[in-house]
Formats: sequence, C-alpha cells, structure tokens
Amino acid sequence: MTSASPTTDGQVAGPVQWRDRKRYAWLLGAVIPAVPFLAWGLVTWTGLDAFWFFGPVFVFVLIPLVDLVVGRDPDNPPDEVLEALEEDRYYRWVTYAFIPVQYLCLFWTAWMISRPHLDVADRVGLAVNAGIVAGIAINTAHELGHKRESHERWFARICLAQTFYGHFFIEHNRGHHVRVATPEDPASSRLGENVWEFLPRTVVGSLRSAWALERRRLTRKGGNHLTLRNDVVNAWAMSVVLWGGLLAVFGLGLLPYLVLQALVGIWLLESVNYLEHYGMRRQRLESGRYERVDPSHSWNSNNIGTNVLLYHLQRHSDHHANPTRRYQTLRDFPESPVLPTGYAGMIVLTWVPAVWRAVMDPKVVAHFDGDVSRANLHPRRAQRYLSRHSAGTTRPAAA
Amino acid sequence: MARFACPSCGYVYDEDRGDPREGWPAGTPFSEVDPDWPCPDCGVREQQDFEPA
Repeated sequence: MTSASPTTDGQVAGPVQWRDRKRYAWLLGAVIPAVPFLAWGLVTWTGLDAFWFFGPVFVFVLIPLVDLVVGRDPDNPPDEVLEALEEDRYYRWVTYAFIPVQYLCLFWTAWMISRPHLDVADRVGLAVNAGIVAGIAINTAHELGHKRESHERWFARICLAQTFYGHFFIEHNRGHHVRVATPEDPASSRLGENVWEFLPRTVVGSLRSAWALERRRLTRKGGNHLTLRNDVVNAWAMSVVLWGGLLAVFGLGLLPYLVLQALVGIWLLESVNYLEHYGMRRQRLESGRYERVDPSHSWNSNNIGTNVLLYHLQRHSDHHANPTRRYQTLRDFPESPVLPTGYAGMIVLTWVPAVWRAVMDPKVVAHFDGDVSRANLHPRRAQRYLSRHSAGTTRPAAA
Repeated sequence: MARFACPSCGYVYDEDRGDPREGWPAGTPFSEVDPDWPCPDCGVREQQDFEPA
C-alpha cells in the first residue's frame, strides 16, 4: 500500500505502523451522559439516596483517581498517519453519538424531577448530575463547533441549547482563539485571579464578546443584527424552544432545576477555561500586535482518564496551534507547560484559591523564569506579585 | 482575480467568491478586507498574515 489509510481495526496502514490504542476508549465519551442513569441504578440497588449525587463523584473523584493511578497517556500519532486518522469517520460518529444520549438524559431528568415521590435533595442531585453532563456537552460542542462542516456547527448548537450557552461557539472560535493569553481575553485567567473572580468576568465578557462579533459581522453585510441569521440569536432561540417545551410538558416547577443544571454546566466548562491559560501572556511585538500563539501559552496535561473524558482537550497547545484538527489527531508536545494532574483533578484545586495558588503560582513564576512582569497579572494583585518576585533578581520587598 | 490562504489552516479567500457570510461580497479585493479580520475557520491568523495561494 502506498498511502496511509485506516482499516477497520483502527490500524493505520502505510509506511508507518501505528495503532490507536484509544480507538474504542473514545466510545466512553458517548457513555458519559449516561452517568445520571448509573446514579439512579445505584440508588435503586443500594437504597441509599446519597447516590443521587454520583455525577460529581464520578467527575471529581473517580476520573482524577484514574488519572493518578493509570497516569500518562503515551500515545502520540506520528506525522505520517495524521491525515488518514483525521479522515477516519468513525471518530466523528463517536462525538455525534454523544448528543442523543445527552438529550435522553435531559428528558429523563426532567421527568424524574416532575414525579411526586422524590424529595428536594433527590431532585437537586438529579439536576446536578444533568448539569455535569451539560458541562461535558459544552466540551463536545467545543469539539464540533471548531469544524468546517456546517452540520457539525449545528450539532454544536444543539449540545449548547441545554445550558443556554449557544453564544459559546462563536465567542470561543472567533474571540478566545484570536485573543488567547492576552489581558483582553475574558476566557484567559490571570495570575492571582481566583476561579470565583474569573467566573463572572468570563461569563459576562464572553457574552458581550459573542454579541459584538456577530453585530460586527452582520453590520459588514449591511443588515440589521437583530435577526435569526445572528448566530447568537438563533442559538438562544433553540434554548427558548427546548426550555419552553420542557416546562410546558413537565410544569413550571421544573424551572429552578433547569436553571441549576445550566449553572452547574457553565461552572464546569468555565472552570476548565480557568485552568487552561492561567497566568499565560503573549508578549507584544514592536508592531503593536501580539506574538503568535505557540505551545508555551497553554497549560497541558496528558493523563489518560481526562484525555478520554474530554476528547484530548488537555492537549491544549496543539489545539491552539491547529484549532480545526479533530480530537483523535491532537498530540502531546513534551516542551509545553504541564499541570500536575489532569484537568478534572485540577478543577478540585480551584475550589480553594489558597490551594490553587500554592500549587500553580510557583509554576507560573518558573514558566516566566521568575519574571512575573511577563505574566498576565490580575490588576488587583499585580503590585503584590511584582514586589514579591521583582523580576527574579532581587529579594522580595517588605509587604 | 487572486486567492489568498491562511498559513495556519489552509482556508482560502478567493476574490471572485469573497466570503459573503463574513460580510465580504463576491468580488471584494483582498486588499479591502480588514487587516485584523481573523481566519473564519481557525482564528489563529489574520488577513495581514495570509499568503497568495
């Protein structure tokens, strides 16, 4: 065989023999939205209502444990197989398969919550589990929304409808990827900024950015931006129809739980945003433009549990270098900055800002060779960081 | 008319076709496209970075 082409067992034939050992593991991605059903099964089997909160335990305990126990993912597809791997349609079908399971989970959750025999705590647990799925659905939308195929961009909007976060795929592709690791990017966190400060800034800033991007595009086209052709408007319209339909069928009592699951999903996604570029900053060139994005501007991790859970999102430097590249083709660059554990475990650290700072601040300082003036500093704490580290040459000034 | 490619992802701006969705009607010369307009596919590079294709 002269050119590389995929075969049915995941082997890519050609000059280089390489086998994707995660080929079937990716199917787990489509099983994740079934975790709430697993919670139900555990409650029924054990009789313990605490299992209604199995969703967060799965993401914040089990996945980080897999990362810690199984460790790093050694597989990196070689250059020669990238094209064939990219074109292997199996991988995209795996991501499409997520969507029906996501919606089955949402409708089932709404139905369960509407039943009379559950108490408020059980319903909150059901909504939190649905929210965990919703957050991971934003990651699926992220994978799909980066693709050139228009049907995949529509699939992204469908994934986002559950959280009312349809503007994400516009802001992320056209805003975040352009301004990543600069003070202007609402989705890049700053050194000294804790996750609870970052959340409102990124949620509000990203919404404004998405709206401005669509307004600019439609104004260029010479029309009104308040139209269904505005991608923010049509994505939100999907959410209005979805939520309106759910409330019509299951009653207005569902509303607080729908809001709760959306908040959990948004929080999960934005927590991942928080750790992807913490403190990173592209330097300004003499021309006034920012230097090009390179692998040093993203925090990576290559732990296998979260790799499978989030479609290689943690191979983040390659993603920013090649945003349209599909997840199965993303590679781990050994020279890129690395987090101490997988994204799922790192989210747990964000909960207590002092713990996050103790782990991450020294890494950011080391990344800039002690010169924190090159970091993306949180304005409110910039002076404190600068005096403590003063370019890495002098001793800390008195507090 | 000329064609220009994004050096990052290979997206091609063809002056004949423009990119109407982005607000550049067919026939818009590349020189009239905003230099800060980012590639609509990858967002990694801008108009001023594009290369003749």
